[in-house]
Amino acid sequence: MKIPHPNIRRARARGAAMILAVLMLILVGSFFRSQVVRGTAWALQSDSNRLRVLPVPAPRGTIFDRYGRIIADNVPSYSVSLFPAAADSIAHTLERLQPILNLSEERVETLMESFRRSRRQPLLVKMNLADDELAVLEELRAEFPGVFLEMRPRRRYIGGAALGHVLGYVGEISAGELESPRFDGYEQGMIVGKIGLERQYEERLQGIHGVRFAEVDAVGRIVGSLQGQAARPPRPGDDIHLHLDLELQQYIHEIFPEGMRGAVVALNVEDGGVLALYSAPSFDPSEFVGGISRERWQALNEDPSLPLYNRAVVGKYPPASTWKLASAAIALEQGVISPTAFMPEACYGSYRFQGRTARCWNPSGHGHLNLAGAIAASCNVYFYQLGIRVGLERLVEEGNRIGFNQQCGIDLPQEEAGDFPDSLDWWQRVHRYRPAENEVMTMVIGQGPNSQTPLKMAQFYLALGRDGSAHAPQLFRSAGNGPAAGAAAAADPGVPEVAWELDLAPENLAALQDGLRQVMSSGTAFRSQVEHWDVIGKTGTAQHSASQDRPHAWFAGLAGPWGGAMEIAIVVIVEEVAPGMGGSSAAAPVAAKAADFHLRRKYGMEVSEIQTVAEHQAAGIPTPWAWNRMTTLPSLDPANAADPADAADPAGDPYPADPRP
Amino acid sequence: MTWYRRWAGDPQLVAICLLLSVFGIAMIYSAGVLNVPSPVVERAWQRQMMWLGVALVGFTIVTRIPGRWIEWGAVPAYLVGLVVLAAALLVGTGAGPAESVGRWINLGPIRFQPSEVAKLAAILGLARYLASREEPPANLRELVVPALLVGVPLGLVVLQPDLGTALAFVGVLFAVLYWAGTPPLYLFLLASPGLALILSFDTRVWSAYFLALVAGVYLLRFRLYLVESAAVVLANLAAGTIALPVWNSLADYQKNRLLVFLDPGMDPRGAGWNLIQSKVAIGSGGLFGKGFTQGTQKRLDFLPEQHTDFIFSVVGEELGFVGVTVVIAVFGWLLLRLVQLAERTTDPFAGLVLFGILGVWLVHIFINVGMTVGIVPITGIPLPFLSYGGTFLVTCWALVGLAVRMAREE
Repeated sequence: MKIPHPNIRRARARGAAMILAVLMLILVGSFFRSQVVRGTAWALQSDSNRLRVLPVPAPRGTIFDRYGRIIADNVPSYSVSLFPAAADSIAHTLERLQPILNLSEERVETLMESFRRSRRQPLLVKMNLADDELAVLEELRAEFPGVFLEMRPRRRYIGGAALGHVLGYVGEISAGELESPRFDGYEQGMIVGKIGLERQYEERLQGIHGVRFAEVDAVGRIVGSLQGQAARPPRPGDDIHLHLDLELQQYIHEIFPEGMRGAVVALNVEDGGVLALYSAPSFDPSEFVGGISRERWQALNEDPSLPLYNRAVVGKYPPASTWKLASAAIALEQGVISPTAFMPEACYGSYRFQGRTARCWNPSGHGHLNLAGAIAASCNVYFYQLGIRVGLERLVEEGNRIGFNQQCGIDLPQEEAGDFPDSLDWWQRVHRYRPAENEVMTMVIGQGPNSQTPLKMAQFYLALGRDGSAHAPQLFRSAGNGPAAGAAAAADPGVPEVAWELDLAPENLAALQDGLRQVMSSGTAFRSQVEHWDVIGKTGTAQHSASQDRPHAWFAGLAGPWGGAMEIAIVVIVEEVAPGMGGSSAAAPVAAKAADFHLRRKYGMEVSEIQTVAEHQAAGIPTPWAWNRMTTLPSLDPANAADPADAADPAGDPYPADPRP
Repeated sequence: MTWYRRWAGDPQLVAICLLLSVFGIAMIYSAGVLNVPSPVVERAWQRQMMWLGVALVGFTIVTRIPGRWIEWGAVPAYLVGLVVLAAALLVGTGAGPAESVGRWINLGPIRFQPSEVAKLAAILGLARYLASREEPPANLRELVVPALLVGVPLGLVVLQPDLGTALAFVGVLFAVLYWAGTPPLYLFLLASPGLALILSFDTRVWSAYFLALVAGVYLLRFRLYLVESAAVVLANLAAGTIALPVWNSLADYQKNRLLVFLDPGMDPRGAGWNLIQSKVAIGSGGLFGKGFTQGTQKRLDFLPEQHTDFIFSVVGEELGFVGVTVVIAVFGWLLLRLVQLAERTTDPFAGLVLFGILGVWLVHIFINVGMTVGIVPITGIPLPFLSYGGTFLVTCWALVGLAVRMAREE
């Protein structure tokens, strides 16, 4: 071949250079498109390639008592899980994890089963790893593809069984809960409040879980730390501060009669806050943290004493004599009795009205009584007359207004409304008869179709300790993070909403309180007096159909410093006490001791083990203060007592005369 | 620096190739930086350094061969090339990523790829044939012999099967024919059956193309012999119709590569994996890249063959668009330098050999780089000077030596 002319060679070279330039530009162009124009999208893809999202559970909010003491908080705990993988690979990894985590053969089998059920979910192998297990896993992480460690805050309940019913407990969210609208936005595996305060304030306590990224390679092995890198820290749940007094609650748990069932409710008179809410027998909420064993759960559920049943808010009992105060308050409100006036008929052990003879509990009778005396003696005959004056219809109407067939509205997930006729139609509806007017004789002494929760009775006595108004009892006191936040909120308590009000003049309230005081100083609960405080209240012994000779023992009352306002309302019920026992012997001591404990703590006095008169007597310590009260109390002074003749004088009697002959 | 000029022969060309080789070793080193290290890949850069030494010795030897010997030896070399290719079909063994494919021949301690030798042989044979002719090919019939000279070794390579390397022979054919002065029209007509084959995957597109071709041939009736026109039309018709049987005769992995090229999402964990992960690696590199050795796709083992066929994906991921552009520019410079050398030489054989080398490298570079970014199907051919591989590096440097030798005026 001849060598072409240089011009031809130059032309061909130029052509070749052009072709090369075009091809190289095509390459550069496609890299430009991929790296610059669409670079962000590919970068995202690269991240989603290599990063696996691990949820970081948020620590639940801490629950503080009224003095900033921790009731429930969190401790860190580690759990180990496996990323979804082939069954062989999971089985192999479990086999090698077995000696490190001390897994039993059965546990490994259970794990394989749950893996087969949900192959796409990470498999939780073990919770609450010990420190050495954690260390070994971190060290050997290169050998464990698909294993990741997760820090889960573990709930810790400080008060143990004393607070089981109030706090409730937490557990893994159930399939049913996931579907309910309340748990919108919750995910499988999250820990939620199941009952109690944990349930009530779930949204506030939950927080927002964070996110971690674990870097994985092409075969799914985690590289870097098994715990991943934090991307979004969890937002801890909000703390809550309660009205509850942790030590009082624990004290009540301690003094509640051993082996007995029942409940105690203590309210703060000032604002209706719940100082203590206890139900016996109780359970330790810590048992539920991290999953309760099937056997234990079954045992709790099948226990005949129903330990999971919060008697303080869902237990309903015939209120018996404790309800006489409600009858008295209604009568005073209606203006049908005077607090000082004596009833026209003295008590001779029974009373006859419209062909019905009703007995007093004391067959020998109480004689002439005024309101305070009748309360102190718990005289039925006085109250029969009182009830007849009020009338059945008005009694039922007013009972409804005070809410004896409604819930109190406490901030707990479940609360039972009391049983109480809503109107006279109730008898028609339920028993198919019009009630006779003498039905009032049953209702007025707290019997008949009437059963109330301890919480409701506490709310009623709260009103007696105040100006006649009552709040919905609340456990929640304030939000705000940290133990000090509760105290700050206490400085500005705000104005709690009044749920209902008794229209009682101060002297009428004083008369009711006087009656209650006499119960303690000279009446049925004499042996439950305490030295330093003005503890007043009414006992009750409720017969019930389940066991005739083992009645429920009630005590409902108030306590405060001598000469001052009442500060604590307290109700105690002890179920099915021994024959011969009643409100004064079984329930009153618990209430008095709890009130004494609370007030001593509140006023900075030392708590003594010997509190009531009965305890003093048992210890051989004389109680002159109790005897003094009997003689110095104004209402017991005969000079102060109203003249029975006053009541008998028709001209001086502003109340309608007894219609009976 | 005079010793360098004397040793290198063409200082510029050798400098470019040295630059690329050293950069390649650096990228191979980076390719070995993995989270879960692989002992083979981790040390690859050291072996590549050793091979570079061998390659430079080879280069030195090739540049010392007298030009005449090369011209005389072209025909025997061509025949030897055919023989080793045929031998590869009989006794070839697989290796590395293509274990099932008989691309290698073991000679005691030495193992080499016959197709590398055959490329050199094809260049020399074709250049020798065209240089021996008085005039450049002036009609299609005169292209038959050159096409056969390349077609026979190409066919043997396809039988291995090694489609990527086969394409390098096509590059040689067209580059050498172009420099020999073949009119572009004839080059197009020569390429048209191949084009028909590609277009036949869509019947409508192929039909339109075929009608246009027939019309074009009719318009050119005064420049083409009737036989030539008939041959072109028949070849295109055949290419379009035999596509399906050809497709069926392809090995599964070859079919997959083509299908995946058309739709990488088809089987993301299987056949599409390489392409998708390579595109993700390159795309996520962005403008400036993730930094040398820092590529996550590579580090976490998402990127396949990261030190051999997909070394350029590592470049894209770690050095970004800026790095990619510089590397492509250097490759462009390398190819342009070959064009310049060919333009300067007064020896027809030398110019043709230089363009043969250009054809080989152009195909390797365009197809390898193009497949990492997804504009050409994955064909598994290495990137000159950058990809890890001893035989290939030595061959590349032998070609550099040949280019230097050819460019030198005697």
